[in-house]
Amino acid sequence: MIFSFDLLINAVVSGVLIGGFYAAVTCGVSLSFGILDIVNIAHPAFIILGSYVAYIVNATFGLDPILTAIIMTPAFFVLGAGIYQVYYVSFEKRGQESLRGLAFFFGLLFITEVSLVLYFGVDYRYVDAVYIGPSVHLGQLDLPLRILVPCLVSLLLIAVLQLILTRTFIGRAIMAVAQDSFALRLMAVDPVRIKRIAFGISIATASLAGAFLIIIQPVEPSVGREYIGRVFAICVLGGMGSLPGTVIAAMLIGIVESLTSTFYGPSWAPAVSFGFLLLTLAVRPAGIMGR
Amino acid sequence: MRTPTFLLVCLVVAAAVFASAVAFGNDYVFFAGYVVLQYVVLSTAWNILGGYCGYVNFGSAAFFALGAYSSVAIYKFHPLPIPVLLVFGGAVSGLVGFGMGYLTLRLRGAFFAIATLALAVVLQTLVVNWDYVGGSRGAYIVRPEVIEPIGNYIRYLFLIMILLAVAAITVARLIEHSRLGYGFATIRDDELAAEACGVPTLRLKLVATTISGALMGMAGAPFPYYIGYLQPSSTFGLDYAVNSIAMPLIGGTTSWVGPLVGALLLGSLQQIATVTISSAVNLLIVGCLLVGFVIVAPNGIVGLVHTYLQRKPDDFVGRRKVDADQPGTVP
Repeated sequence: MIFSFDLLINAVVSGVLIGGFYAAVTCGVSLSFGILDIVNIAHPAFIILGSYVAYIVNATFGLDPILTAIIMTPAFFVLGAGIYQVYYVSFEKRGQESLRGLAFFFGLLFITEVSLVLYFGVDYRYVDAVYIGPSVHLGQLDLPLRILVPCLVSLLLIAVLQLILTRTFIGRAIMAVAQDSFALRLMAVDPVRIKRIAFGISIATASLAGAFLIIIQPVEPSVGREYIGRVFAICVLGGMGSLPGTVIAAMLIGIVESLTSTFYGPSWAPAVSFGFLLLTLAVRPAGIMGR
Repeated sequence: MRTPTFLLVCLVVAAAVFASAVAFGNDYVFFAGYVVLQYVVLSTAWNILGGYCGYVNFGSAAFFALGAYSSVAIYKFHPLPIPVLLVFGGAVSGLVGFGMGYLTLRLRGAFFAIATLALAVVLQTLVVNWDYVGGSRGAYIVRPEVIEPIGNYIRYLFLIMILLAVAAITVARLIEHSRLGYGFATIRDDELAAEACGVPTLRLKLVATTISGALMGMAGAPFPYYIGYLQPSSTFGLDYAVNSIAMPLIGGTTSWVGPLVGALLLGSLQQIATVTISSAVNLLIVGCLLVGFVIVAPNGIVGLVHTYLQRKPDDFVGRRKVDADQPGTVP
């Protein structure tokens, strides 16, 4: 183990940058699991789907992955709304969401992954964009643009989401449906419709997160699995549905993971977030910014 | 049927299966049958927690691998007979199940499910970084060719697995018809009400995770001897997790029959699909069946048969009325 200040600073900064990306990956789950109480463990699978969409468009038309992802958000929104409709009719309406709803999402995760494996194989795929090669140097700091750009865009995404949730009617209705869907009905708002929109937004963020993922690292179908625990760890640590909490928790986990892989070796890094998750669940289930 | 009689019947059936497999003459039957029986044990174990208590465990692969790796650890130290390894693997997995439950079972059900997912990755990381059991390179186990008086070693493994399956099913059935089982059912139906009525829910859930974890570990303990070369990424593979959830849900979760039926059907189907089509396609089939069944037939095959046998003209009207209940009405 070589310890130097230089290495430490670089590890912390790259942890923060990766954390920004993790925040984009998690904000969808913060919406679905944190606010709507839908345990969408298939979220990482949709992120991988987003990566592959970005890859296909990039490989055939040479379009920028982030631009592709933004164009594709309506399609992902519709997909999410459709999935919520199935989920609502088959599970929530019958009150069976706990056991069978979980199994449903688990099955979706599995089907997406295996379909991608069957169609694209298990080769790693990557995209081309101008910002993928170069880095910015600030003194001793190395900021690779391929992590910096997704981090900045993802912070922008979360800011927009936070604005939508706190300033618009739909956003406030989403926050309200989490608290009391019956009261929402008394205000002549259809809670199912609001939840459908919210779940659609949550899946739409997966399109962007998928593009970030494939910019940062090459992607193959089973990569999503590593993100399941990480995403839920961040969501729980951030305080279930609080977007600022999500950003803080994501950066925290990013930093700890980056320090672990710098000083102990990358093979230990996956255990960090899961360790954090188990610890949070055991010690403070309300998370950092818990309401 | 009383439990001893039930056990006797099971043993007779097991003996008949073993005898007919021997009579078939081809050792491939044992290789394929072992996997199916392994899934019978796994899905029965999953169902004790998932079906009876309503707590979803996504970490079946972790408990299974714990059993397998504790066998490897012991083998590296000193090779012991498999029945001893079974006890060891079961004890290790049971303990981990207990600890895991103690940490997370006070929370809502979804947290437990997510934590089990996390457990699988933590354990995999530990095993990959643990050189004694082979690390990421994997571990080889040299098994004896023949074992007296049964003959070929795979037959011996098959025999062990079928006895384990009988044991698992008997335990599951015993639980179902006992105080414990009724306690589990109250947790599944309404945990808050159960707690209010004085059911010691946390203690019961801990019992369930321990039994379920121990059985999964036992299913994993002989696995290194079966496979010969144990590798972390395949031992912790998602197929164990998805299969041990899909089989009980497809079969039906309320009784011991469901996981058995589900595992036998789906397990055999997969064995056939692996040979005739490809192993990726058979996982796709499992995923689609799982999603299809939870949407269309929430009570699985057993539920379908049950409804078919007990159907009455006015029964359907009654069911529709329950289905039409809207959520969000005044509680």
